[in-house]
Amino acid sequence: MRKLELDNKYEAVVIGASVGGIEALRVIFAFLPAAFKQTIIVVLHLSPQSSGLAQILSRKFRMIIKEAEEKEKIKGGVVYTAPPNYHLMIEDDKTFSLSVSEQVNYARPSIDVLFETAADVYRESLIGIILTGGNKDGSQGLKKIKELGGLAIVQDPDTAEGDSMPRNAIAVSEVDHILTLDKIGLLLSGWLRQ
Amino acid sequence: MESENIEIKLLLEAIYLKYGYDFRNYSMASIKRRLFHRLLASELKSLSEMQNKLLYDTAFFETMLLDLSINVTEMFRDPLFYLALRTKVIPILETYPFIKVWNAGCSSGEEVYSMAILLKEEGLYQRTQIYATDFNEVILSKAKEGIFPIDCMKQYTSNYIKAGGKNSFSDYYTAKYDSAMIERDLKTNVVFADHNLVTDGVFGEMNLIMCRNVLIYFDKKLQNRALNLFCESLCHGGFLCLGSKESIRFSECADNFENVVEGQVIYRKKL
Repeated sequence: MRKLELDNKYEAVVIGASVGGIEALRVIFAFLPAAFKQTIIVVLHLSPQSSGLAQILSRKFRMIIKEAEEKEKIKGGVVYTAPPNYHLMIEDDKTFSLSVSEQVNYARPSIDVLFETAADVYRESLIGIILTGGNKDGSQGLKKIKELGGLAIVQDPDTAEGDSMPRNAIAVSEVDHILTLDKIGLLLSGWLRQ
Repeated sequence: MESENIEIKLLLEAIYLKYGYDFRNYSMASIKRRLFHRLLASELKSLSEMQNKLLYDTAFFETMLLDLSINVTEMFRDPLFYLALRTKVIPILETYPFIKVWNAGCSSGEEVYSMAILLKEEGLYQRTQIYATDFNEVILSKAKEGIFPIDCMKQYTSNYIKAGGKNSFSDYYTAKYDSAMIERDLKTNVVFADHNLVTDGVFGEMNLIMCRNVLIYFDKKLQNRALNLFCESLCHGGFLCLGSKESIRFSECADNFENVVEGQVIYRKKL
């Protein structure tokens, strides 16, 4: 079988996950190097009262994992996470903005909101990944990433704790790769080490 | 520049010239997303067509205005913020004979009434004047009515308890069918007024300004404008309360304030 590789034209990856997402991210992040030049941005559905994904993950990994701040300039080499109870968006000048507008797909932060705004800015240099989850958030965002020339990866629904989010994503757009978590980890790892 | 972005710029310019609402220095990602969702839900083919429609159809513009302003709020949203107000800020406000509070960008009024309840429980309400302002008149009249869906009361009660509430939350509203009407007394010391942070100026000297989750929709330039306005409006030692993810750190008036409550965005204007 041909070895999967990601082109080095990609600058950033956006990842969306819901139910079972923390475990899934742990599996993927275990493959990733501590230092890299690209950007990783993650939306995980969490309770509004949660201390946030950055706090949960940064105890376990050596890379820089931080909660995205309002108007913060996006840098390479960092894993940014959406703050609980805020939508995370990307502006044209590659800064973050936050919003407390209505929930989208019953979620805030919503994966669609991040993916759609990220696609507008990164266009063909963006990778979108949908992981485990029990709803349909992220499908429209992933579709937009594809439409604007980016790459779409979805966790194999048969291996996901919540299979409806990956299944919906696959139903809505022409995804490029459907993979298990460790394959996704390996693929990202190769790309980040380029 | 992308054609889409040109269309957005022209549309916002048209809104400003025709109706005076200035969204030109808002964070664009949110505006763009909301405009495109409105476009998809309509029969219109492009933002240029939408621009034409809003110029000649005032009713259409009014629905768009509700799209562009974000009006999601809660009573006692972020309970720990209100708890900090109660324990750290109220004891200082208590030393003033008369207190003026400005809730800027009050939306449908949930935060105004939360503040009124808190002041009442701490015995300060009778000597407080609250100014509740928003640029959106439709939402402002909703705030004035103080009628909220009864379904929200469960959440608000839970927030109220976490915020250190001293009574029963149901003392503050009357339930009728699927609505909860805020007690009349909580409105008597509140003035609701039309004020736009983008275009209007100072209107009084305040002891406390609360403007939560409004600045996040502004670009840097507009954030500076609003923060300078707050700084000018506050008396020495006055308090400025922002949303939990907002900050004055990188603004022009960062040096005029100090953060007084660890873990909350509550600043005090330096003496």
